[in-house]
Amino acid sequence: MDRREFIKHLGGAAVAASLLAACRKPETPDPGVTALDGQGSMTYRTNPNTGDRVSLLGYGMMRLPVEAGGTMREHPDSPINQELVNQQIDFAIERGVNYFDTSPAYCQGKSERSTGIALSRHPRDKYYLATKLSNFSPASWTRQASMEMFENSLKELKTNYVDYLLLHSIGMTTDELDGMEVFNKRYMDNGILDWLVEQKKKGRIRNLGFSYHGDVTVFDTLLRWHDEGRYHWDFVQIELNYLDWHHADEINTRNTDAEYLYVELNKRGIPSVIMEPLLGGRLADLPDFIVKRMQEREPETPPARWAFRFAGTPKGVLTVLSGMTYMEHLVQNVVTYSPLRPITEEENEFLMQVADEIYNLKHIPCTTCCYCMPCPYGLDIPTIFAHYNKCVSEGNVPNPDHPTATYKKARRTFLIGYDRSVPKLRQASHCIGCRQCVSHCPQSIDIPAEMQRIDEYVEQLKRS
Amino acid sequence: MLVLVTLLFLGVCWRINLWFGFVAKIQFLPAVLSFNVIVVLLLLLLTLLFGRLYCSVICPLGIMQDCFSWLHGRFKKNRFSYSPEKKWLRYIVLGVFVVLLIIGVTPVTTLLAPYSAYGRIVNSLFKPLYDMLINGLAHYEASHDLYHFSEAEIWMRSVTTFVVAIVTLLALAVLAWRHGRTYCNTICPVGTFLSFFARFSFLKVHFDADKCKQCGLCEKNCKASAIDFKNMKVDYSRCVVCGDCLEKCSFDALHYGRMPKPAVAPEPKEEPVDEGRRSFLIGAGLMTAAVATAQPKIKVDGGLAVIEDKVVPERKTPITPPGSISAQNMRHHCTACQLCVSACPNNVLRPSKSLMTFMQPEMSFERGYCRPECTRCSQVCPTGAIRRITPEEKTEVHAGYAVWLKDNCLPLTDGVSCGNCARHCPTGAIQMVDSEGVKVPSIDTQKCIGCGACEHLCPARPFSAIYVEGNVMHHLQ
Repeated sequence: MDRREFIKHLGGAAVAASLLAACRKPETPDPGVTALDGQGSMTYRTNPNTGDRVSLLGYGMMRLPVEAGGTMREHPDSPINQELVNQQIDFAIERGVNYFDTSPAYCQGKSERSTGIALSRHPRDKYYLATKLSNFSPASWTRQASMEMFENSLKELKTNYVDYLLLHSIGMTTDELDGMEVFNKRYMDNGILDWLVEQKKKGRIRNLGFSYHGDVTVFDTLLRWHDEGRYHWDFVQIELNYLDWHHADEINTRNTDAEYLYVELNKRGIPSVIMEPLLGGRLADLPDFIVKRMQEREPETPPARWAFRFAGTPKGVLTVLSGMTYMEHLVQNVVTYSPLRPITEEENEFLMQVADEIYNLKHIPCTTCCYCMPCPYGLDIPTIFAHYNKCVSEGNVPNPDHPTATYKKARRTFLIGYDRSVPKLRQASHCIGCRQCVSHCPQSIDIPAEMQRIDEYVEQLKRS
Repeated sequence: MLVLVTLLFLGVCWRINLWFGFVAKIQFLPAVLSFNVIVVLLLLLLTLLFGRLYCSVICPLGIMQDCFSWLHGRFKKNRFSYSPEKKWLRYIVLGVFVVLLIIGVTPVTTLLAPYSAYGRIVNSLFKPLYDMLINGLAHYEASHDLYHFSEAEIWMRSVTTFVVAIVTLLALAVLAWRHGRTYCNTICPVGTFLSFFARFSFLKVHFDADKCKQCGLCEKNCKASAIDFKNMKVDYSRCVVCGDCLEKCSFDALHYGRMPKPAVAPEPKEEPVDEGRRSFLIGAGLMTAAVATAQPKIKVDGGLAVIEDKVVPERKTPITPPGSISAQNMRHHCTACQLCVSACPNNVLRPSKSLMTFMQPEMSFERGYCRPECTRCSQVCPTGAIRRITPEEKTEVHAGYAVWLKDNCLPLTDGVSCGNCARHCPTGAIQMVDSEGVKVPSIDTQKCIGCGACEHLCPARPFSAIYVEGNVMHHLQ
């Protein structure tokens, strides 16, 4: 062995030793150690009803990682990766996150069990549990089925009380029924709301609230009941982000600006729980020119952080939910809220400009919540929208009538990417317009109309 | 040549098909079938000048056999020996071949035609492997946001054709491994036909009696078994002018050039060769019928409905691609080389299973439909079975007509609104009309071109509520 070789071996040994050392240390992998160095502690908000000190970052259990990689959207048949869920929940709790939000409908109905497994490994007083009385299928609208749903949630979550119980997604409409009619059929006619109030009195529910999407009459009516003392809402979950602050009703006339919702709640001292701070990741995955503008201000701030800071800034916000699939996102969000750096007035101005620009992209406002799925005709609705939006963001939606220099490349990217992300038999061309999905979409997207629009566009591209 | 033809069949790049499509069109049988007089005359002239050079440099099946033979040659040197020509077998095969070709009994002719046999081997056996490679690359690319490769669907188009390809490949591999060009010189009808002309070719391999030391090295290296060194004779009907003998001769006793004196071949011996091409009677149905998803009690988020595979409807008249004029024209001209099948980007074409049109292409729409902008099959066909048409001309070719099956139609069976057929009909032949209070499709067969968009996109599964019947002869408008 000559000298050079010896040194080489020595170097190899050193690397191996350091790797070993690195492997031995953490029980929970902690990729964000450096990111968290020098950070303060988590920002908390107090629930005026119960005095709960709730972490500003809430963990949404809707997009849990699966064993095949990614979430159930990418791999619908893959089981939840419980080991990762456990690790991430351990990490979150260690870093002060204490609000966990699930539902009987999430992750194809498997979220509650997974959440229960992970959280029951921690003392029950260390965390607040939120779950919902879901409402998507009329089959679950009977009193009996609803009671069973609640009891089952307790069982799955391995607990005898729920800290925050929500009427799931009130304000949804169908082609035939308006929001109030659906609400009455779901929660009033069967007396289930009164039953829930009873459960609250028994201590099995600590806070009773609702999550809202869609028909604003329902939101207004429920708040009026609150004012009249008919029902008391301990909290309300709303969609809030810098795009929906002013643009929600422009994106879809059936929706309402977040500003209105928040102000109405704040006026009454009802704490807001925030959902869709990132619009299903769309505000984290912005077109280059917008990212550039953001990074010119703060080169090291990821776009998602702007959105989280915005959502967490209003004082009446109790917690901001994020469906964190990956450990890295969790770390990033923990950093964002440890502690929260509130959005200044000047920054707010900037974000409103960004919102205008995003609005002008005319994305399809899908947040990939997958409530529309499964489509009975096999379509992969969220993936079709995701592909379309991605191409919009990246400038790959060329106009066949006015081909530019990059037309060919953009066309190729759109069409090849389409076949790659969505199998042919699940593409928009197979939408027959049965409209079953329409009433399930919290964003009130006219899914069949959009499908036909995308299909016609694809047809145009293919023929040109 | 082998490489080029293979590239055509693999569908590596459409540009290659455009630039090198001619290599399929200069194949002998395709040229004959497409009445390409110029190519046929040139090939005959080539043979008259140089002997069966065609078999050595143009025919992909010949070159493929040489590859097997060469492989074996690396282990075992000097393994060939002279065998007399088996005239009776050659002439019977050729005679039967020509008769069947003329009366239009294609199953046998397509089996024997060398170029088609090679095409089937590549399309059935190698293309799936190639597609897998491309899909792998596409998969890799997808994670890097690159868009060079589009993924191909790999599926069994026809079990029988697949088996035929395997048997052909194995039989030829064994024959070539053991005896070199046996197939070309005893079975191949093109070889036999060309040998009539090769006997009188201008340039030939011949012995220089003065220099020959009777070492026999030439005979032992003649993959065509055409050299009889004892009598210093070469059988020109079988010599494929590969030149191996010239190289091997250490005494410069063999020359390729003008013949000083003519020579004739002697009498046959050796046992007849088993072609092993008969054993292919395998059932067709490989369709895996899937079950529809049961609606869960509580509506949850996510999930994908299982899509039941479509079943090929029984069509009274098979649909042949636009450009093929009629089923009859297809039957008479197609050599079942599968070039169109491999070129079809919409997974519409597949080899026929019926006896009279065995392995010739027909259309079906379980995986896609005949898109209006595509004319690829007509561009690649070397035999004139599918004539070249433009997308504009295609709009006027009525290859078939749609038939509505009321009993399967979703608005009537499930009470949902649909109209997907009408929405996708490229010619506007379908309109939704009121019937019993629901909208159902009505078809104007006059406008229907039989593209199959309606059948493919019909949500009724496994049997569509609308399907295409072929026209015996395509209607032109």
